[in-house]
Amino acid sequence: MALMFPCPQCGSRPFTEFWCGGELPDGGHGAAGDIEADYARVWLKRNVCGDQPERWFHHAGCRRWISLTRHTVTNLIHDVV
Amino acid sequence: MPKVHLRSHTLEPSYDVVIIGGGGHGLATAYYLAKEFGVRRVVVLERAYIGSGGTGRNTTVLRANYKTPETIRFYKKSFDLYATLAQDLDYNMLRSERGLLWLAHSEPQLRNQRERALQNQHFGVNTVFLGAEQVHEVCPQLDMTAGSKRPILGAAYHPPGAIIRHDAVAWGYAAAAERLGVQIHQGVEVTGLRIEGARCLGVETNRGFIGAGAVLSAVGGYVTQIAEMARIRLPIVTHPLQAFVTEAYKPVLDRIVASADLHIYISQSARGELLVGAEIDPYSSYATRSTFPFLASCASRAIDLFPFMARLRILRQWTGVCDMTPDYSPLMGLTAVDRFCISSGWGTWGFKAIPASGILMAELLASGKVPPLMAPFALDRFRWDRAVPERASAGTH
Ligand SMILES: Cc1cc2nc3c(=O)[nH]c(=O)nc-3n(C[C@H](O)[C@H](O)[C@H](O)COP(=O)(O)OP(=O)(O)OC[C@H]3O[C@@H](n4cnc5c(N)ncnc54)[C@H](O)[C@@H]3O)c2cc1C
Ligand SMILES: [Zn+2]
Repeated sequence: MALMFPCPQCGSRPFTEFWCGGELPDGGHGAAGDIEADYARVWLKRNVCGDQPERWFHHAGCRRWISLTRHTVTNLIHDVV
Repeated sequence: MPKVHLRSHTLEPSYDVVIIGGGGHGLATAYYLAKEFGVRRVVVLERAYIGSGGTGRNTTVLRANYKTPETIRFYKKSFDLYATLAQDLDYNMLRSERGLLWLAHSEPQLRNQRERALQNQHFGVNTVFLGAEQVHEVCPQLDMTAGSKRPILGAAYHPPGAIIRHDAVAWGYAAAAERLGVQIHQGVEVTGLRIEGARCLGVETNRGFIGAGAVLSAVGGYVTQIAEMARIRLPIVTHPLQAFVTEAYKPVLDRIVASADLHIYISQSARGELLVGAEIDPYSSYATRSTFPFLASCASRAIDLFPFMARLRILRQWTGVCDMTPDYSPLMGLTAVDRFCISSGWGTWGFKAIPASGILMAELLASGKVPPLMAPFALDRFRWDRAVPERASAGTH
């Protein structure tokens, strides 16, 4: 059984319709303006083993970004926006 | 043949070097510390059993056909060490030279493979560019039309490309390290690092504290957990990588065949199984669950290259977790914490790196100085815009 994502626009869809945009950085996506903070935000990962906030792009559907929390061992998904 | 089962030792309160992780990288480092640098109070702590991580799950491809000068030199050293490893460790590893074809089915990949061949030759690595007719000569079993979908236009051919028995690599290093006085403890999990004044003093484990002159993390896809214990964040994302074998078949494929455009590679094991590997799962995960979509898509691509495989049955499918870096190169060396080193970024390509990484890591731990061959792979290279881009050639094996 393929991993299914609940897209707020399109309903439950298989993960192959999405691109994984990776984990959400701590302070969101805006530039911090400080070179050390920017380096950390761009390159260093939390790579969580457990519930991880992520962004996914529904390329074969509504073509919008969605944010959600996915458990990186069980793949259980919650908090979709 | 030396005795292969590990002796049992009492865990001592401290060692000169504590190595976390009994995969190939940890075991090789332990062996070279004792063999080449005379450091014998070394312990390897493995939470499960040795070789239970990527080292016992990989598809065993050995090759040196990388793209950047830094990595070609590094992997060539590893390849050369592998060539005599069975003799050095007195352990049969069933190493078998097959010749590795890296197919191109598109103009961009054709350029890429031609460039790779030239770059390899410049650094003394035997890789040649072949046109479609020559590819057919080297491997007549291939369907040159790839299932009438993406005709094969050419390939980079690396004659020394080989396979070797992965369990034997882990056990060979373990047995040889033990003979030199290294202790290997299975079922011991590291749960914390003791750090005082930016200096690592030892590790916390399920069997209590163990003091250390130096600590090495060599835990493959789990490196983020160990680094976190030292409050270090790494440019690493953990992805699963899957593979499968068919039931044994008569000897039919003597080459290793990889396709850059189909993201797949195939070889036949000594037992006759056809071994098929492909790309990482497209999202991060620590799960070692295998998936049916992977199996279905991978099997159909394999059949495109070798139509006879349509008649074979799947015997087994499995998954390992890989510590992927943004540039597909290793991530190894000193950290911001004194006496704490990391060997990681082995991703989907690190099995072939075990001997070179082991000997260089041992040198670093013994001397405190980063060997020149290791220097390009420093943990903070992205801070200084010094990526070592290998995405095109690290492939998935
Ligand atoms: C399907 C697949 C195919 C691959 N094919 C190839 C290939 O063809 N060629 C190639 O070069 N590479 C390949 N690779 C990559 C290669 O397998 C890895 O890069 C390599 O095995 C990593 O070795 P390691 O010693 O760093 O880690 P591992 O072998 O994963 O060892 C790490 C060990 O650390 C232990 N550990 C983890 N946490 C702790 C803790 N807290 N305390 C104590 N112990 C701990 C684990 O139990 C594990 O045994 C492949 C990988 C996979 C999954
Ligand atoms: Zn959608």
